Amino acid sequence: MEVIYLLILISIILIVLIALAYIWAVKSGQYDDLEKPSHDILMDDDQTRE
Amino acid sequence: MYQTKTEIKSCFHCNQAVPEGINLSLTINGKTEPVCCFGCLAVSEAIINSGLGSFYKYRTHAARTPDIIDERYIDKISIYDRPEIQKQFVNILSKNRLEAILILEDLVCPACAWLIESRMASLPHIESIDLNYTTRIVKIKWDNINIKLSEILHEILKIGYRAYPYSEQQAKILFERERKSQLQRLGLAGLLGMQVMMISVALYFGEWEPEEIAFKNFFQWICLLLTLPVILYSASPFFKSALNQIRNVRPGMDIPVSLGITIAFFGSIWSTVTGVGDIYYDSVVMFTFFLLTGRYLEFMARKKAGELIDKLRKILPATTTRLTGTGSSLTEELIPVIDLKRGDEILVRAGEIIPADGIIKTGQSSIDESIITGESKPVTRGNGTSVIGGSINMDSPLQIEVKNIGPDTVLSRIIELSENVHAKKPEFTEFANKASSWFVLVVIVIAISVAWYWLIVNPALALPVTISVLVATCPCALALAAPAAFTSAVTTLLKSGIAVTDKNAIEIIPKCNYVIFDKTGTLTFGKLELESIICQGGLTRDECLSIAAALERQSEHPVAKSIIKYAKTINGRVACDIVSFPGAGIKGKIENKNYYIGTMSFISNNTKLQSDYTDVIQDNEIKTIVVLANDEKILGKFIFADSIRPDAYDLINYIKATGREVLLLSGDQPGCVNEIANELGITEKKGGLKPEDKLQILQQLRADNNMILMIGDGINDVPVLAAADTSIAMGSGSDLAKINAQLILLNNTLAKIKTALRVCRKTRKVVTQNIVWAAGYNLLIVPVAAMGLITPWMAAIGMSISSLLVIANALRISKL
Repeated sequence: MEVIYLLILISIILIVLIALAYIWAVKSGQYDDLEKPSHDILMDDDQTRE
Repeated sequence: MYQTKTEIKSCFHCNQAVPEGINLSLTINGKTEPVCCFGCLAVSEAIINSGLGSFYKYRTHAARTPDIIDERYIDKISIYDRPEIQKQFVNILSKNRLEAILILEDLVCPACAWLIESRMASLPHIESIDLNYTTRIVKIKWDNINIKLSEILHEILKIGYRAYPYSEQQAKILFERERKSQLQRLGLAGLLGMQVMMISVALYFGEWEPEEIAFKNFFQWICLLLTLPVILYSASPFFKSALNQIRNVRPGMDIPVSLGITIAFFGSIWSTVTGVGDIYYDSVVMFTFFLLTGRYLEFMARKKAGELIDKLRKILPATTTRLTGTGSSLTEELIPVIDLKRGDEILVRAGEIIPADGIIKTGQSSIDESIITGESKPVTRGNGTSVIGGSINMDSPLQIEVKNIGPDTVLSRIIELSENVHAKKPEFTEFANKASSWFVLVVIVIAISVAWYWLIVNPALALPVTISVLVATCPCALALAAPAAFTSAVTTLLKSGIAVTDKNAIEIIPKCNYVIFDKTGTLTFGKLELESIICQGGLTRDECLSIAAALERQSEHPVAKSIIKYAKTINGRVACDIVSFPGAGIKGKIENKNYYIGTMSFISNNTKLQSDYTDVIQDNEIKTIVVLANDEKILGKFIFADSIRPDAYDLINYIKATGREVLLLSGDQPGCVNEIANELGITEKKGGLKPEDKLQILQQLRADNNMILMIGDGINDVPVLAAADTSIAMGSGSDLAKINAQLILLNNTLAKIKTALRVCRKTRKVVTQNIVWAAGYNLLIVPVAAMGLITPWMAAIGMSISSLLVIANALRISKL
């Protein structure tokens, strides 16, 4: 059971990393436009572009 | 006589009906598709030729009908290339590497964004483009040596969109910062909340053997560690606001919220340190998370409302040409309109907006005053007559002496009229705030009584029960009830082309029992369109059109524009020696024969021809008759009228079917108003009204306890739009009308008003359901919590489910 100490320690490190990534994402404007990027993937421009 | 609803073909580009007699088409992927006008043809060809034809496959909404690009537009936008003007919206990255912030109009679906991005990316010398679909703001970096900003704007125009320079307001920057910090608090609370919940589940359900107590205590410490950032960072706005409310003796919801969080948190710390009792970290974080979600939703709904108004504040090229010097040594100088002084002499070219009230010194021209007076036919003004600022000079240059500027102009007086009459809009939030003050006091009294009771009866249960009560009474769902529904309604409306500038309107619209329409530009297109041609001199319809088009080629007059539009598909003739007589007609030579087009009196004066007028309707208020003749005989008569928007019929019927009264108020001639009203089946109508008269009628109706929805577009409608209980403006209307309306029809499609009425009615229903549910839940759960029948985590989950139900219900609005 003592392994739980290690596992929880790892999970906390992961959470800190995720939280930092999240804060970076908000600051760098990843959440500014939630509408267009979801459509971007559907709009392929290779088929018509020469 | 008016255009009826029987069109079959719809335009490939803008999906509007193709008018009869127009026979334009384009070829895409080997298929021939009809288009409705040259604007659409030019734009769709530009799109297809740049290899971006799949735009038509991706888009979910029809594009706006574009205007035909005016040669002069390119001159006009070249003002944006000047460094002193660019200072306001261009960042200089390095020498010749510039970045401009522009705001786009007419974006209707994400495919538009894709189209613009792809087009820009394919142009050389453009370094990057960053388009935000939500805010409609685009940042473009380019190489200033090889391409000019005006050329970029022109490219955007070619594919059917208008871009304007945009300077970010200070308030906007602060708003954006606030949004980001709220999002961070919310995200962090959610992220850590999940971890705390996960560990808490182990704590709740784990059977702890005595030798495992160390683990239990370890788990509690980890929970404490994870909750700490939520308390210190995510929940801090509640504490700050609660302190403010205490300081100002204005109890609000933040006090019991903070109290609940603090008690639960410190109680849990006590249990963690002593190892006795339960912990409530999970309740603390989930509670914070749901409260923040509600606040964020409300914040965003407010943001959407503020945004539109902000957009109207784009930097307009409000410039005019001032003439200095006397006699033959006149020099032209481009100056900002605000620098105009009384007595200045200005030159207003054909197609330009007259910047101030004044008197014509030299020149004669037709002037379109419809946006100010509501009159659909242009009026002729010559030497010594006065002109109103804001009207459009249609056909020849005018030298005008400025008489009134700034606050003295007719325009400003109309605005002033609108400022004093703003209807008192019911403030939902105001009411909610007052009610919550009382609610808070009640909650605190209940919490203290419960705590006191349990301290006497069973001290061990006092803390958890008090926390349960505080959590259970939290009106999260109640707080979410209205904002969630409004947010959902605003998004739904925006998707169908209606922008909401004030969400209170959603609440009011279903209550309105009177719908007032403006005529010109609202029920009608507001433009003179060719209605029929009567051929007299043995010529065919096409021959008449082609001669007329050759003569009118250079003119800006709506009559000319309409003729040219219809004549495009016919083999062109070329006219020379064209002489234009403003307000009367045009003379020219085709194949060495003289031709005249214009009013009957113009023809008579030039050719000694007389029309017997027995065969055609006379030129009157409603219709404009233009006569085509050569030296010997009259060749044809063109009849023009402002046509009714095809979707107006259905809308009027729908409004009447819902039991509302329809009233038509117009500044145009009564005869004209009657004709349109009869055509549409509107029984109550009034014409020839000044803005003041319209306002008076409206105020009388309101005094008789009627709730009024006003739909208009012109400056003359502005006071009424402002004074009505709620109002809708056409997207093509004046900026002033848009600022004073709560809803804006972005695509000018009247049929969307039907959607708006439906969405608003449904929203009202959903809000009522939400409030009944949320209030009912809170009332039921408080006694249960006070009796100690539920634990804090149960109260927190109950509250969460209640909130989720409210949000799910609100989402139903989008499914109509």
